[in-house]
Amino acid sequence: MANVPVHEWTLLEAARKVREKEISSRELTGAILTRIEALDPKVHAYITVLPEAAAAQAAACDEEQAKGALRGPFHGVPIGLKDIFCTRGVRTTCGSRILRDFIPPYDASVTEKVLGAGAVLLGKHNMDEFAMGSSTETSFFGATRNPWDVSRIPGGSSGGTAAAVAAAMCFAGVGTDTGGSIRQPASLCGVVGVKPTYGRVSRYGMVAFASSLDQGGPIARTVADTAALLGVIAGHDRRDSTSLDLPVPDYLAAVDRPVKGLRVGLPKEYYEGDGLSPEVRAAVQKALKALTDQGAVVVEVSLPHTSFALSAYYLIAPAEASSNLARYDGVRYGHRAEGASGLIEMMSRTRAEGFGDEVKRRVMIGTYALSAGYYDAFYGKAQKVRTLIRDDFTKAFEAADVLLTPTAPTPAFRLGEKTGDPLTMYLSDIYTIPCNLAGIPGISVPCGFSAEGLPIGAQLLSKPFREETLFTAAGAIERALPLRRVAPLEG
Amino acid sequence: MAFETVIGLEVHAQLSTRSKIFCACSTAFGAAPNENTCPVCTGMPGVLPVLNRKAVECTIRTALATSCTVQRRSVFARKNYFYPDLPKAYQISQYELPIALGGHIDIEVDGGTKRIGITRIHMEEDAGKLVHEGEFAGAQASLADLNRCSVPLMEIVSEPDMRTPEEGGAYLRRLHDVLVYLGVCDGNMEEGSFRCDANVSVRPVGQEAFGTRAELKNMNSFRNVEKALEYEIRRQVELIEDGGKVVQETRLWDANAGVTVSMRRKEEAHDYRYFPDPDLLPLIVDDSWVEELRKTIPELPAEKIARLGRQYGIPRYDAGILASTPALADFFEASAAIYGGNPKTTANECVHWKDAVLAGTLSPETIAHAVEDRERGTISATASKKLVELVLSTGKPFRMLRDEQGLTQVSDTSALDILVDKILAASPKEVEGYRGGKVGLLSFFVGQVMKESRGKANPKVVQEVLKKKLG
Repeated sequence: MANVPVHEWTLLEAARKVREKEISSRELTGAILTRIEALDPKVHAYITVLPEAAAAQAAACDEEQAKGALRGPFHGVPIGLKDIFCTRGVRTTCGSRILRDFIPPYDASVTEKVLGAGAVLLGKHNMDEFAMGSSTETSFFGATRNPWDVSRIPGGSSGGTAAAVAAAMCFAGVGTDTGGSIRQPASLCGVVGVKPTYGRVSRYGMVAFASSLDQGGPIARTVADTAALLGVIAGHDRRDSTSLDLPVPDYLAAVDRPVKGLRVGLPKEYYEGDGLSPEVRAAVQKALKALTDQGAVVVEVSLPHTSFALSAYYLIAPAEASSNLARYDGVRYGHRAEGASGLIEMMSRTRAEGFGDEVKRRVMIGTYALSAGYYDAFYGKAQKVRTLIRDDFTKAFEAADVLLTPTAPTPAFRLGEKTGDPLTMYLSDIYTIPCNLAGIPGISVPCGFSAEGLPIGAQLLSKPFREETLFTAAGAIERALPLRRVAPLEG
Repeated sequence: MAFETVIGLEVHAQLSTRSKIFCACSTAFGAAPNENTCPVCTGMPGVLPVLNRKAVECTIRTALATSCTVQRRSVFARKNYFYPDLPKAYQISQYELPIALGGHIDIEVDGGTKRIGITRIHMEEDAGKLVHEGEFAGAQASLADLNRCSVPLMEIVSEPDMRTPEEGGAYLRRLHDVLVYLGVCDGNMEEGSFRCDANVSVRPVGQEAFGTRAELKNMNSFRNVEKALEYEIRRQVELIEDGGKVVQETRLWDANAGVTVSMRRKEEAHDYRYFPDPDLLPLIVDDSWVEELRKTIPELPAEKIARLGRQYGIPRYDAGILASTPALADFFEASAAIYGGNPKTTANECVHWKDAVLAGTLSPETIAHAVEDRERGTISATASKKLVELVLSTGKPFRMLRDEQGLTQVSDTSALDILVDKILAASPKEVEGYRGGKVGLLSFFVGQVMKESRGKANPKVVQEVLKKKLG
C-alpha cells in the first residue's frame, strides 16, 4: 500500500493527507489535472476542464491552511460535477447545444455545498443531453467512453462522472439520477453511485429533466467516499420546496456497521426474464453471499407492478421534461437561431437546432401525453401506476431491510450498439427506474467483472431516508469483494 | 323577442405582498425594466419556485371575506404555452384544485339586495410584458420587461349570476371595496392591480340554456366594464335579431372606439397541457391557520354601512361615503366617541375634511371639539371652519386656537343684556320703528350687537334677548 499513486487515493484518504500536510492541494490538484490532460482525450469524461481556476483554488486552499484555516472536510481535494449543476461563472451546458454558451450567474445548492466543504472544482463532467440517455452518447459534445474498454459506453446519463471517477480523473463527483442515471453508469464503470431519497439533496440549480424524479447524488470509488460526500450535499434547502427538513445522519459511521441479522430481500421480478445476463446474475449472487456470510438473512419479496414501471416512467419523465425544457426558446439565453423572420419561426428553429434527437423524441412524447383528451389515459394513468409501485415497495420493506438486485441487466455495451433502437436502450434502466418512481434511495456497488473484464454492479434499495442501511450493506459487500476500482488505462 | 343577459366576471387582483409569489424580488410598481428580477422569476435553468406565505394568507382572507370554503389541500399546476413574456413557458396557477370554492357577495340593485355567487378563488403568478419598438406589426424589435413575472395574483371567478351591466358594475365595486378593506389588494386599476374579464351571453327570456358566450378583455375601469358590457349585449342581440349566430371567442374592448373587437376564436384556443407542478408540494392549509386568519377579517363594507346607520342614526348615503374608506369611517367613529352630540353633524364634518383626514393631518379630537363647541353655541359655524383651517396650518390644538383667537361666543345673557341695552339706547329711531311694526329691523339690531361684540356674541341668544327687551 505504500506506493499507491496519488490519483488512486480515495476521496477520504486524499482529504486526510491534505489535512495532515502530507501533500499540498496544489500538488494533489496538479496530479489530477495532469492525468486529465493525458487520459481525457481518450475518455472524454469532461465537457469543461478548469486547469487555471482549479490551480488557483488549490493555491488558495494551501494559503488558508498555512494560516490554520480549513474550509471543510474536503479541503483542497479536487472533484468534478456533472454539467447539470449550475456553476457561477462557469458554463453549464447540460450536454446540449442549446446551452452551449450558458454561464449561470448562480451556483446550484450542490455546487455551493461541495465548494463550501473545501473541494477544488476540476471541471464539468460530460452527460447525456439534458440527462436523457443511458450511454452518454446523446451529449452534444460527443460521447464519453468507458475507461475499462474505450470501445464501450460508460452508461448514462452521469457517464462522464462515473468514467472520470473510474479513470481517477477526480476523487469523486456528483451526478444526477432520474431513472438510474447515477447507479447504472456507476455499475458499468465499476464505482459506487448513490441515488438518495427524493428530497434528500436540494435540486436548486440542478437543470431540471423530470422534476418529480430527479435527484442528485455522489459517485466515488468507495462506499465510505460516497457516504462522506452525501453527508456534505444532503440537507434541507429553503430554495427547494420538495427538499425535506430532516437532520442529516452520520452516513460515514454507517459504513462499518455489522450486517448480522439484516434482512435482505430479493424481489423475484428482478431476477425473472431473459434480459438479465448470466454474468450479472452470478456477480450479484456473490454480493448476496458476501452479505449472508456476514450474518444477513435472505427473504423473498415481490414487487408485482415492476413490469409497468418502464411504461409509467416513459410517460411521466417526458411529460415533465416537455414542460421543463420549454424555457429553452432562444428568447433570453442560450442558442438562438439566426435569420428567423418572426417569433414562432425563431422559437421553432432555435429548438430544432438546439436539441438533439433523443430530447426531441421525449419532448414530443411528453407533449402528447399531457395534451387535452390524452392526459387521463397517459399521464394520469402513469401516476396511478406510480402509486402502485410505491405501495409495492412499502409492502416489501415490511419484510426486508434492503432489497438486493442487479443494477443493470448487462455489462457495458459498445458505442453505437443501441443508439438506433431507443426502446432497447430504455431497457438498460429497467432495474433502476422503480426506485425513482417510488422516491426511495438506492446504491450501486461493484460486485464483480465479466469474462471480458467489464465491471458489474449490485443495486441495494431501502426505505425512504434509510441511506444508512444502504451504506452498511454496501460496505459489507465492498469489504468481502475487494475489487479494483481504478480502470487500467494508460495515457 | 325579449332577451336576457347572462354575465360572469373573472377578476385578477394583485396581492399586496412586498415580494413575488415564488421568489424574493420586489413587487414595487414603476421600477426600471427588469430591475425586479432574479434567476427564479426569469426562469433560469435549474431554479425552483418557493411559495410566498403572505400571498397565501391574503388569498385565504379574501376567501373568508367572501364566504368561500377554504380547501384543506390545493394544488399548483403548470399552464404551458410559449410567449416571450413568459420565461418558463408555463404559468404556475391553480387549476383543478384551487384554494377556495363556493362563496358569494351581496350587491345592492334597485333598492334591494342580490346575491352573486363566487365559483372559485385561485392563486397564480403574473407574466411579464413586451414593449414593441415602433408600430406593433412592423416592430424593429420587441423588448421584454420581466418585472411583473411572478407577481402574485388571485383570480376570483363569479357565477354567471349578473343580468345587467349595472349589476356587473355593482359586483365589481363591492368586490373591489372588500379587497381594499382587507388590505389584500391596492385596487389600482390603472396600474393593473385590479383587472376584470367578462363572460357575456344573451338568451331569449324564458330559455334555460345559456347562449354562446364571448369573453371580454382589456377593460381598465368600472365605467369601461359597464360600457363594454352594454356594447357587447347590444351587439349580440342585434346579431341574433338579424338572423346571425354568436360565436364563442375572446374580444377586446377598444375604449377609444367604444366597441369590442374579435381577438381569437375558440378553434384558435390553446391546449395548455395542465399538470400538477412537481416543483411545488400540494398546499395544505390546516384549520388553525384559517381560524387565525379569520380573526384578522375586519368589518366589511356592507356590514359597516349597515352598522353606522343603525348605531349613529345617520342616513345610509352618509354611511356609504364614510364607509368608502375604512380610515374615514374609523375617524368618524373616533370623533363621535369623543363627543356624541348629533352624529350627522360629525359625519358632515368628517366628509367635509376628508382629504385632511385621509392624509392624517387632522385628529378626531379636532372634529369632536369643533362639533361640540358649535352645538353648545360656544363658537359660530364660520369660526369653526376657520379654526379647523388654523389647526391644519399651525398644528396647534383646536381649543387653544379658539381661546387665542378670541372666537368664543358670548352666550351669557347677563353679559349680552348690557350690550343690547347699549345698542337700543343708541338707536331710539329704530326702536320706535320696530315697535311700530318694522320687524325686519331685528336683524339690524343683531348686526349692531355682533359688531359691538366683535363677532363674539351668540347671534341666537342675542336675538332672544332683543325680542324680550323690545317686547
